[in-house]
Amino acid sequence: MIAALLSLTLLGLALGLGLGFAAIRLKVEGNPLAEELEALLPGSQCGQCGYPGCGPAARALAEGAAPVTLCPPGGRPLIEVLAAKLGVDADLSGAVDSGPKVAEVQEDLCIGCTKCYKVCPTDAILGAAKQVHAVFREACTACGKCVDVCPTEATRMIPLPATLQTWYWSKPEVST
Amino acid sequence: MTTLAHSPHAHAQTSVGQVMGTVMLALTPATLFGFWLYGWPAINLWVVSLGVALLAEAVSLKIMGRPVRGALLDGSALLTAWLLALSLPPWAPWWLAAVGSLFAIVLAKQIFGGLGQNLFNPAMAARVMLLISFPLEMTSWIAPLPITSAGAPGFVEGLAITFAGMAPADGMTSATLLGHVKTELGRDIVLPQALGSYFDPATFMLGQRAGSFGETSALLLLIGGLVLIVRRVITWHIPLAMLAGVALPALLANWIAPEAYLAPGLHLLSGGLILAAFFIATDPVTSPNSASGQLLFGFGIGGLTWIIRTWGGYPEGVAFAVMLMNAAIPVIDRYFKPRIYGRDRKGAALAPAKEATR
Amino acid sequence: MNVASEPFLKRLLVKAGLSSSLHKLRGGVHPEGRKDLSAEPPIRVLPMPERLYVPLQQHIGAPARHLVGVGEVVKKGQLLAASQGMVSAPVHAPTSGRVIAIGDFPGPHPSGLPMPTLTIEADGLDAWIDADPPADPFALSPEEVATRVGAAGIVGLGGAAFPAAVKLNLSRRNEVRTLIMNGGECEPYLTCDDRLMQERAAQIVEGIRLIAHATGAGEILVGIEDNKPDAIAAMTKAAAGGPVKVVKVPAMYPMGSEKQLIQVLTGQEVPAGGRAADIGVLVHNVGTAYAVQQALCLGRPLVSRIITVSGGAIMAPGNLEAPIGALAADLVRACGGLREDAARLVLGGPMMGTQLTSLDVPVIKGSSGVLALTVQEVEQTRPGPCIRCSSCVRACPMGLLPLEMAARIRAGDPAGAVDWGLKDCIACGSCSYVCPSHIPLVHWFNHAKGDLAARERLKMKNEATKKLADERSARMQRIAQEREEAARLRAAKKAAADAAKKAAAEAAAAAKAAAKAKEEVEA
Repeated sequence: MIAALLSLTLLGLALGLGLGFAAIRLKVEGNPLAEELEALLPGSQCGQCGYPGCGPAARALAEGAAPVTLCPPGGRPLIEVLAAKLGVDADLSGAVDSGPKVAEVQEDLCIGCTKCYKVCPTDAILGAAKQVHAVFREACTACGKCVDVCPTEATRMIPLPATLQTWYWSKPEVST
Repeated sequence: MTTLAHSPHAHAQTSVGQVMGTVMLALTPATLFGFWLYGWPAINLWVVSLGVALLAEAVSLKIMGRPVRGALLDGSALLTAWLLALSLPPWAPWWLAAVGSLFAIVLAKQIFGGLGQNLFNPAMAARVMLLISFPLEMTSWIAPLPITSAGAPGFVEGLAITFAGMAPADGMTSATLLGHVKTELGRDIVLPQALGSYFDPATFMLGQRAGSFGETSALLLLIGGLVLIVRRVITWHIPLAMLAGVALPALLANWIAPEAYLAPGLHLLSGGLILAAFFIATDPVTSPNSASGQLLFGFGIGGLTWIIRTWGGYPEGVAFAVMLMNAAIPVIDRYFKPRIYGRDRKGAALAPAKEATR
Repeated sequence: MNVASEPFLKRLLVKAGLSSSLHKLRGGVHPEGRKDLSAEPPIRVLPMPERLYVPLQQHIGAPARHLVGVGEVVKKGQLLAASQGMVSAPVHAPTSGRVIAIGDFPGPHPSGLPMPTLTIEADGLDAWIDADPPADPFALSPEEVATRVGAAGIVGLGGAAFPAAVKLNLSRRNEVRTLIMNGGECEPYLTCDDRLMQERAAQIVEGIRLIAHATGAGEILVGIEDNKPDAIAAMTKAAAGGPVKVVKVPAMYPMGSEKQLIQVLTGQEVPAGGRAADIGVLVHNVGTAYAVQQALCLGRPLVSRIITVSGGAIMAPGNLEAPIGALAADLVRACGGLREDAARLVLGGPMMGTQLTSLDVPVIKGSSGVLALTVQEVEQTRPGPCIRCSSCVRACPMGLLPLEMAARIRAGDPAGAVDWGLKDCIACGSCSYVCPSHIPLVHWFNHAKGDLAARERLKMKNEATKKLADERSARMQRIAQEREEAARLRAAKKAAADAAKKAAAEAAAAAKAAAKAKEEVEA
């Protein structure tokens, strides 16, 4: 009886001390997870997730306040990376994947005001003042900022057109 | 931009309904023999089984909002009920067949997600459930009494037996060989004595013995099974491995102690072994994918059947063995894959063997 | 032939003459051949259409770069577009005439997307350029043969359309010992190789010997399915006394697939992710050998090919020698046109061909057939649930588990399907063909392969755009900092100026006050 009490007490003490020591000695400043997550996000600060930028979004992710499906420009690959990082199951059913999008400038409406050029987070819009702008598709993340600022509604989001190089078979019809 | 139909632009003349239909056709001789051997009650039982199964399938599909017609026409529910009926005592009451069919379709199949999704063979799951829940009804065997013979029940009498619970006369009941042997061994009577004149290979081959209504005629079942193999509905792997799984341990044990262990021939020709080997264990949904996996699966069922028959509490163990091996399928499928072209068994790419070739 | 990897028993049996020296093909299916439809009539030359539509990309690899302009007059066989990059092939004018357009035209591609295409208006003369064939092509060095094959725009005519010269050079580098000529033609309906071997066996054999010369292969095998006895006889006769050996192989789909034919003829397997050259084997189609012979002996580049026009909905099926760029409609018209019950148009064979929505699509170097199939022939039914019958497992020539791969893909996990061997799938269609539930398994696999590639592209794009975004935010920060700095400087300057002004004003005020006081005093 006494031996049991004693041994358990000792064990408890030893483990408690160990934990306390670890808490002091191995203390981590800040939240490294949030930083790691931020490195994974597109970094275009587009705000489509509802957070003011990729940093706040990463913090929300780290705290579990935001789903891994929060980032539309990141698409499915990002969801998978985030899910793997956070060790959660990616619930793709919730994510409306309407396929990759890209910005387009309608030439007949563009007045060359350079507003979109100035807000584009990835420098994907080409052009100069008083000249019709164009979108460099390879660099466009479809963040939508250019659509918000355009005074003539000349910019819009379109589904990324397939080319012979990128086209592939769509999903077959699923039986019931 | 229109998306076109994907290749291939041709298809083999085959469908699920056709596969199921072939199996039912192969079962027909043994079933007709069962009708003849056990008379009207067996026919009633068969009708009830199939009817309830169809109804259960239709209602389940309706509730789940799936198309009913096509799924009913594929024949999978009919086949399940047919196999269940064949594995019931021929004069069993109607509700036994009804409960069994209901269980097989709703709980063993549709709950899992319908055709192709169930882990356990529905017919065997239902049979095991019935055996555990209604042991008395499930082991009330009848001596063969051909429909054409004098003492056979007529149509009305048959209805009374199936639907009103009329008990068969005393002389008609009988024990199966496996049941008899189990009882006698339990009373410390050695085998040669216990068997006496009970076993006659020819009679057993033809099916003139007590047992479930469709399992007795080894010959007709074998013919049906061979038809399935020839028509490529099944392959030889599972049946052969399963029969070997019973015969090998039986041979060994019988050679060591003939007074305590049944001979392999007796094992093969009694109980539901042949029926299960060709028609139940080969159910595509509840059998492994690869040939090697199928060999293991069949051998496992055979071995377990022998173990249960020899040392278990029940005289017959096919249904239990099938379900146990069903549970092992995911593991079997995981570890028994065919070797991929250009890769070794472990899945690593073959070396571009330059030196090795010359 | 390598028999080291063969089981001992098999070797004994072969030695004793009890077993054929051929090896076993795993899986495979036996689709209804229907070759009798088009096998009888001899090859006819398609009357030259008025216009030809020549796509710039008819091969695997980089598209060719066009060298001619609109309005330019070209001769038959003139170079229209040059190859660019390591893996590419040039395109030549299929007839003499005038280039009337350069632009997008619907191509033979399942997407229906237009392809950059040169349109040529035929002048009806069909006049060749001046050819300069070498006096003795066998006197050329192997490198020179390969170069000429490449310059003639020859690609694999079996369907894959891989540039032939690239394969020749690769084979020479890998010291290929065995050259296998593919006369399998396992696709149902197609008889173009069959007819070619029957009618032009001598040229094919010469082409084969040229390919062997270019690669240094010692052993030359021509594999022909046993359902083509006439072709086997013709080829055997043409090859008699030479190094070329004609081998009869069992008719089975996909016997004509490179990997499978190698397996059957040599017993060896191409390592996963590798090439035939890795095990010292080169495979070419017999049609390619014919094209090589034409290029080296006559100096004629690849501008036409034999195409089977067949199917239950074609009036008079047969084989046509058609110029590249002829519309499928031209070929069908030459074969009597369509019956009313045409349900599906296919370019290529029924097992791996591409559906066409319209016949106004040009045939290209890799086109082996134009089929018009009836409803009964297509036999398309709505897919049902998988019953795990393993028919697909038994049919797969690659030893894969199609049902498991499809289940993963359907569950939204194409990466999981890769673990089950998706990358080893050759898309032959055997699994879809046998599935009793009519599940479009190959469609699922090709969807997943495309999906994975798209994800990879998106991932790379995300990485690239992130770099751009980071660069931009750094630049913005720098600009902001510079502005701040400038503002501070300006503020400081202003403050200094203000202070000076204030001081001056104060001084002025003080002076004024002093003056006023003085005035007052004086007053």
